[in-house]
Amino acid sequence: MISAEQKKRARNVGYGYLGLAVITLVIFSRRPGDAGFRLTEGGFSLTLPAQQFAYIFGIVFVGLGAAQLWRGLGKVSNIVLALATAMFVMSFLSWATSGESFSLVGMLQDTVSRSVPITLGALAGILCERSGVINIAIEGMLLAGAFMGAVGASLTNLWFGTIIAILTGMLLAWVLAVFSIKYRVDQVIVGFAINFFALGITSFLSFRVLVPNPDYNSLVPVMPISVPLLSKIPFIGQILFVQTIFVYFSFAAVALLTWAMYRTRWGLRTRAAGEYPKAAGTLGVDVIRLRYRNLLIAGAVAGIGGAWWPIGTVGRFDQNITGGRGFIALAAVIFGRWHPVGAFSGAIVFAFAEAVRLKIGNFDTGIPSEFLLMAPYLVTLVVVAGFVGASRAPKAAGQPYDEQ
Amino acid sequence: MKELIKSLRYTFLALLASLLVGAIIIVVTDIDALKSGDFGKAFSTVFTAYKSLFQGSFWGLRSISNTITGTTPLLLSGLAVSVAFKAGLFNIGATGQMLAGGMTALWVGFTMTGPGWLQVPLAVIAGAIGGALYGGIAGVLKARTGAHEVITTIMLNSIASFLVLWLLKTTTFQREGRPDPISKLVVDEARLPRLFGFLDGRSDLVAHAGFFVALLATFAYWYLLKRTTLGFELRATGLNSDAAKYAGMKSKSLTVVAMLLAGGFAGMAGATEVLGTYGYASTSLAGNIGFDAIAVALLGQSSPIGTLVAAVLFGALQAGGRSMQANTDVPVDLIIVLRALIVMFVAAPLLVKAMFRVKSQVTSQGQTFRGWGG
Repeated sequence: MISAEQKKRARNVGYGYLGLAVITLVIFSRRPGDAGFRLTEGGFSLTLPAQQFAYIFGIVFVGLGAAQLWRGLGKVSNIVLALATAMFVMSFLSWATSGESFSLVGMLQDTVSRSVPITLGALAGILCERSGVINIAIEGMLLAGAFMGAVGASLTNLWFGTIIAILTGMLLAWVLAVFSIKYRVDQVIVGFAINFFALGITSFLSFRVLVPNPDYNSLVPVMPISVPLLSKIPFIGQILFVQTIFVYFSFAAVALLTWAMYRTRWGLRTRAAGEYPKAAGTLGVDVIRLRYRNLLIAGAVAGIGGAWWPIGTVGRFDQNITGGRGFIALAAVIFGRWHPVGAFSGAIVFAFAEAVRLKIGNFDTGIPSEFLLMAPYLVTLVVVAGFVGASRAPKAAGQPYDEQ
Repeated sequence: MKELIKSLRYTFLALLASLLVGAIIIVVTDIDALKSGDFGKAFSTVFTAYKSLFQGSFWGLRSISNTITGTTPLLLSGLAVSVAFKAGLFNIGATGQMLAGGMTALWVGFTMTGPGWLQVPLAVIAGAIGGALYGGIAGVLKARTGAHEVITTIMLNSIASFLVLWLLKTTTFQREGRPDPISKLVVDEARLPRLFGFLDGRSDLVAHAGFFVALLATFAYWYLLKRTTLGFELRATGLNSDAAKYAGMKSKSLTVVAMLLAGGFAGMAGATEVLGTYGYASTSLAGNIGFDAIAVALLGQSSPIGTLVAAVLFGALQAGGRSMQANTDVPVDLIIVLRALIVMFVAAPLLVKAMFRVKSQVTSQGQTFRGWGG
């Protein structure tokens, strides 16, 4: 039986396809010329005639929209949606690049790399909120992890720096845990105070300590590792399997958390503590201890996410280097409906937006670049409003737990 | 009045506690002193830093003027977050709403010509409307589709900043002969009058009448919450949206109204910055004020008086922090740490009570906002 809510969403998706069709046919078909995409670092490239490409996809979108509105696409609708999104992105890119060429593989590789802190931040958020504690402090944990990771790695080595970053994340998570679980302070307030504290103290220290002592803030970041065999797969191998260890860790973390959350006793208990802690408590689950433990794990994960900046990419810490990625991670948590894979796909979307932003400035498309830069955020807004809709959070997130 | 004194006392104790922690931070980060063991110098740094922090915020006309200037946008945008919290919504979008309001006020401020008594209020109101409409988008999206305001307001912030960047490059807004994104100047008649304008030759006293706009807005917020049905309904929805729904309140339209009001307050913050402090708009118009506003609202526990006290305190810290950075080698970022600690200490009354052995009953404030679900 389909509920009214689902019907409405299916209709919105249908209108969405028609909207994509209009954009593709009206805007993306304006620019004749070939778009070159370099698919490998070596130079094998795909050349698409931008205009014809847009017409074909536009007609496909019209068909999809009509089918969706008339009959509904039933079981395959999610797959079709994903494919349609990919097609739309392709026609957008071929429109933007027409007459030029750029490295598609490089951009996608960049996307995957940039998704690391957002993914790990989002996993930290899921770990906390699934067990009943709202975590607004992701940004603070990332930032503090980045700072301490940079200092730790500069003074000793990369491994030690990463460990320091993990410990820093755990320390902040412990503060969040003590105040929100033990002292029952409003979790949003504690979380935000942690964010401000992390922003203030890292900026303060970077001026007062790192600027006069530059050797505390200079390290050689890790190099990408090619996974044997897998990295040889054309196109995909380059994107997914020639990456730093941080990327592999974040893939593993998503898989592990998905498995643990839905297939283990720990996961069942965690979800119970987030949904209905009283019942879990009655059945003998130590809710308080569970929350402490999960928060500490979350802090560790976020700490690694923070260490990605100095150790995984730039090799140094700069003031407010995270630039709000922790809040993007929060949005990814909600976007992904508190599911690790959902949050990961959200992180990929936001990371793609960032990667496009860095590339797109070079193209002359006849439309002010600000609108192109705005597009990913606008798309997110439309997607959240039209397709995702109201998301149901863990019921007990935000409420302190009474043992009695 | 009683509420004000209580709020002041707790805030003061929290300030003391955070200054203590701040002093420790200053001493232990003095790497030179740690290396040479010269702690006398480190302690004198603390003394000089706090002295200029205080002098820069309250000592003399110029400091007071700086504090007022810093307080004005913090108070208005703090109200924007507070009114949303009251209705159970988390408004992270004060930045975008400020930009929307600032640009609308700017447009009225340089296109229209008329007597000052007409044009200034007109421009401020235009700013409020611009901000309200922008904030309303998040409200409508939430009411119509359930899209969570935390996502939508974050996205709207980014969209607003790109829109402003684009607008500032159009011929309508960009100042003649400038290649960078900076706007035309607001005409003199539309500038908010300077508070100390009657003192000749003191162009360093930048405080402007926007402060009165902020105070009026605070009063309006108080009146709304305590004296009107709408305010009651907003609070009821924020406390328990299900109960409010059963009592016949329209929670969806209340969501929209709350976001309109929030955007209106933030829009006024943008307007007073453009019409008062700067006289033009640039991309850094909103700065970090949108996020500081969340701290203001949290510290003030979303009450009108609390928000006022918090905004004045943060404005003073900001003014003092600048002079601290100028007079010592202590970076201004220390005040962000102090703000965080103050929020923390106020939120955890047990901690402050234990530190100062204050006797009074502590009541739990309950949740700040409705959480992710509602």
